[in-house]
Amino acid sequence: MYRFLSIIPLLGAIILLFALVWPILEDHNPEELPSALLNKQVPVFDLPGLDPKAPRVRSANLIGKPAIVNFFASWCIPCRIEITELRTIASDGIIIYGLAYKDDTEAIRRFLSSFGNPYKMVGLDRDGRIGLEFGVYGLPETYIIDSKGFIRYRHVGALTNEMIKNILVPLLNKLGQ
Amino acid sequence: MILIIIVYFLLVNSEPLFAVEPNEMLDDPILEASARIISANVRCPVCQNQSIDDSDSELAHDLRLLIRERLMAGESAEQVFEFLVDRYGQFILLKPPKKVSTLLLWYGPAGLFSLGVVILIFSFSRRQKSVAPVPLTAEERIRLVAFLGKHEHTRR
Repeated sequence: MYRFLSIIPLLGAIILLFALVWPILEDHNPEELPSALLNKQVPVFDLPGLDPKAPRVRSANLIGKPAIVNFFASWCIPCRIEITELRTIASDGIIIYGLAYKDDTEAIRRFLSSFGNPYKMVGLDRDGRIGLEFGVYGLPETYIIDSKGFIRYRHVGALTNEMIKNILVPLLNKLGQ
Repeated sequence: MILIIIVYFLLVNSEPLFAVEPNEMLDDPILEASARIISANVRCPVCQNQSIDDSDSELAHDLRLLIRERLMAGESAEQVFEFLVDRYGQFILLKPPKKVSTLLLWYGPAGLFSLGVVILIFSFSRRQKSVAPVPLTAEERIRLVAFLGKHEHTRR
């Protein structure tokens, strides 16, 4: 009986060790924060468009069809890589709204003319306030919004071709049905 | 000696360094003070282990301005924290709140320590018991002597 009891601390220590080491061994990036807005209504925004005459970009635009909201900036280097991928999915008929984070109109124009424009509409988030509403902390950031305006997925960092094929497109197809 | 002087000046005479810029500060000293207290407890999402009060990053700057704006609008500290948590999650708080899912985090170390102390006391008291054995009764002593006498020849 006592013999059995005496191995309990050792057993406990081993279990504790595994519990503590497991999260480290798991493929987990501590810089990737969970989104507090997942499965919540998209924050309300009403931003000026790229052209002074263009209609304003509003959160109300997102209701009706699943869409992607992409925070980008001309000064963001990974955005240049990502935009090629975005152009590909845009040509497949997926709606992407671009929100330019802390950027000026001229720089965005140049950026879009040299790398191509995948966006249905581009809104200017000049002071980054809407970024704060979304919980943006690094560019680029991508959100998938369902047809009712709920955030279903968030990705921080450049989208890769693999991720688009395996996660984004299947999710958008599912939401579109 | 020089080293002692340097250490003295570093420890005693150094002004605490903060990233708050003069143009961010509010005119109202009470609001500014509460903005500072809030900022010291808000994690900078890009630098992770720094408060936005310490961080020089642009996002920290934006968040500091946001906190001051909301305080100016008459919100309480709780409302400001709530606003931040709604957007950035619990992660934004440098001190995790005490709730069921964080119980282990808050009390785990103390719990493990007291468990260790209990085990230690338990095993120690058992060991002491075995150090001082119960003396033999008269009957047992007789039996022991008889037994030893019987086997005396085998010991040689």
